[in-house]
Amino acid sequence: MIHLQGISKSFKIAKRQSGFRQAAKSLFYREHTIVDALKEISFSINPGEIVGYIGPNGAGKSTTIKIMSGILVPDTGSCSIMGFTPWKDRVQYVQNIGVVFGQRSQLWWDVPVIDSFELLKDIYKVPQQEYQTSIELLIETLELQNILYSPVRQLSLGQRMRCEIAASLLHNPKILFLDEPTIGLDAASKIAVRQFIKTINKEKGVTVILTTHDMNDIEALADRVILIGKGSLLYDGQLEELRKQFGSQKTITADFRKNAKPIDIQGATVLSRSPEQVVLSIDTEQVNTSEIITQLSNNLELIDVSIEAQPIEETILKLYKEYQI
Amino acid sequence: MRVHLSVLKLRMNIGMQYRTAALAGVATQFFWGFITIMVFEAFYEHASTTPPISLKELITYIWLQQAFLVFITMWFRDNELFDLITSGNIAYELCRPCELYGFWYAKLLAQRLSSAFLRCFPILIISFFLPKPYNMTMPPSFLAFLLFLCALILGLLLLVSISMFLYISVFVTLSPMGSLLVFSVLGEFFAGLIIPVPLMPEWLQIAANVLPFRWTADFPFRVYSGHISQHDAIIGIIIQLIYLLGLIWLGRAALNKVLRKVVVQGG
Repeated sequence: MIHLQGISKSFKIAKRQSGFRQAAKSLFYREHTIVDALKEISFSINPGEIVGYIGPNGAGKSTTIKIMSGILVPDTGSCSIMGFTPWKDRVQYVQNIGVVFGQRSQLWWDVPVIDSFELLKDIYKVPQQEYQTSIELLIETLELQNILYSPVRQLSLGQRMRCEIAASLLHNPKILFLDEPTIGLDAASKIAVRQFIKTINKEKGVTVILTTHDMNDIEALADRVILIGKGSLLYDGQLEELRKQFGSQKTITADFRKNAKPIDIQGATVLSRSPEQVVLSIDTEQVNTSEIITQLSNNLELIDVSIEAQPIEETILKLYKEYQI
Repeated sequence: MRVHLSVLKLRMNIGMQYRTAALAGVATQFFWGFITIMVFEAFYEHASTTPPISLKELITYIWLQQAFLVFITMWFRDNELFDLITSGNIAYELCRPCELYGFWYAKLLAQRLSSAFLRCFPILIISFFLPKPYNMTMPPSFLAFLLFLCALILGLLLLVSISMFLYISVFVTLSPMGSLLVFSVLGEFFAGLIIPVPLMPEWLQIAANVLPFRWTADFPFRVYSGHISQHDAIIGIIIQLIYLLGLIWLGRAALNKVLRKVVVQGG
């Protein structure tokens, strides 16, 4: 469905030191640096997938989304989405996609949300019948009943974002690009948005490409992740794989009845220790979790044991470090 | 077409929300109208030669100017479009299955129409009932009125196509102020909004005739007052059409060119 082949894009950035003299100098002569935003990016995505597109700030995530949605023309490379080249067949192509830029707004500021929806309906030439069905679904799943008739300027960020997502889906697109859809949302709104993305993916088979910095989004939604850093593609595969590769660390917290003598557990690193509690870190590739538990229960009068996998955030952080991005 | 009607409808809705602004606009335009007429009246009283346009025609000219101000002034702009360009929200506009030129043209047209809708009728109606010599008069014939309508609509379309260049220039300069000043000072002067074109010196009139601005305001108003004969009016309308087609073609080419280079930054 989506094929990117060797996409590169560089930007020319004007540079100037601070201070008046430098500003005056730049009237006559400007220094530019070329920044490679994307270097030879290639991947393909099949229909019905949800792909998490991750990377640190400035990695080139948004640039890729912009290229895929036809807003930006890459320097080299080819991109074919549903048989279209986005920046060449822009007008026909965009009829098939929905885009949400989390940091921008597509709703008219002064009028009720529903007016913006009506206009979008006409822009995308959605038949009345189809519009009616999709808007009903959107109102129900995104809980828009109470905010549909309020002017956009009076909505909260979370309410607005739900409307933005609805606006991008009125014309039943086959592909949905979400550029940081959960930015600035509270936990409840985040969950609502995630739930909704899952629903449309399952029920309508919409292919979703999602960029975010919230790893919980990725964990909840994406089976597949693509990691980019400094413009290069670093990892493309299952989230589980990634976790196995970098997230073999587990933390064991054990509470026990007061114990005078310090215990020694083979194969584990002690993170903290008190007469009533010990926190251990283990590498599941080196040692089996049950072995550690057995050792603990043999030596101590256990009250409670909890085992936690490494948070996905830390896994990703490790990954960034590993790739030095 | 449906898109364009829909944009117009939305604009009307937005325009209706700002009734107070429209009312204030009407008041301002009356104020300006009176001042301008009084100034010209003073000039005409002490004119040594017969001016090329009669005071009665001039007064009609000025009231039309005030009533249709939003059809003819360059500074009446759509800040929303400027914001779209400078803030990067244009990203969304580019995700729409419409050609941007047509879409924006419709937006700009709708904005002017919706503003004029609330303002022109009160001004026109009241100005007919003003005491002489300040009152507005009927056109000399029904045909002259029809020609005026035709010229006014074409003039509006022409003005929107000129103002499109203003928005296109913002893609390059990122600030509307410079182009806005140049366009409005030059455009308004040569459109006869400051001094009616017939009162300009000969050489300035030649310049005004060559530029497109005169055809947006001066021409339709003088057709109404009968200062331009019907025969000349028809030729004028053809010239308007040629300008309109030429400017739309040029604007479209220019916009498509800048869009290929546009970079939506950040986020």
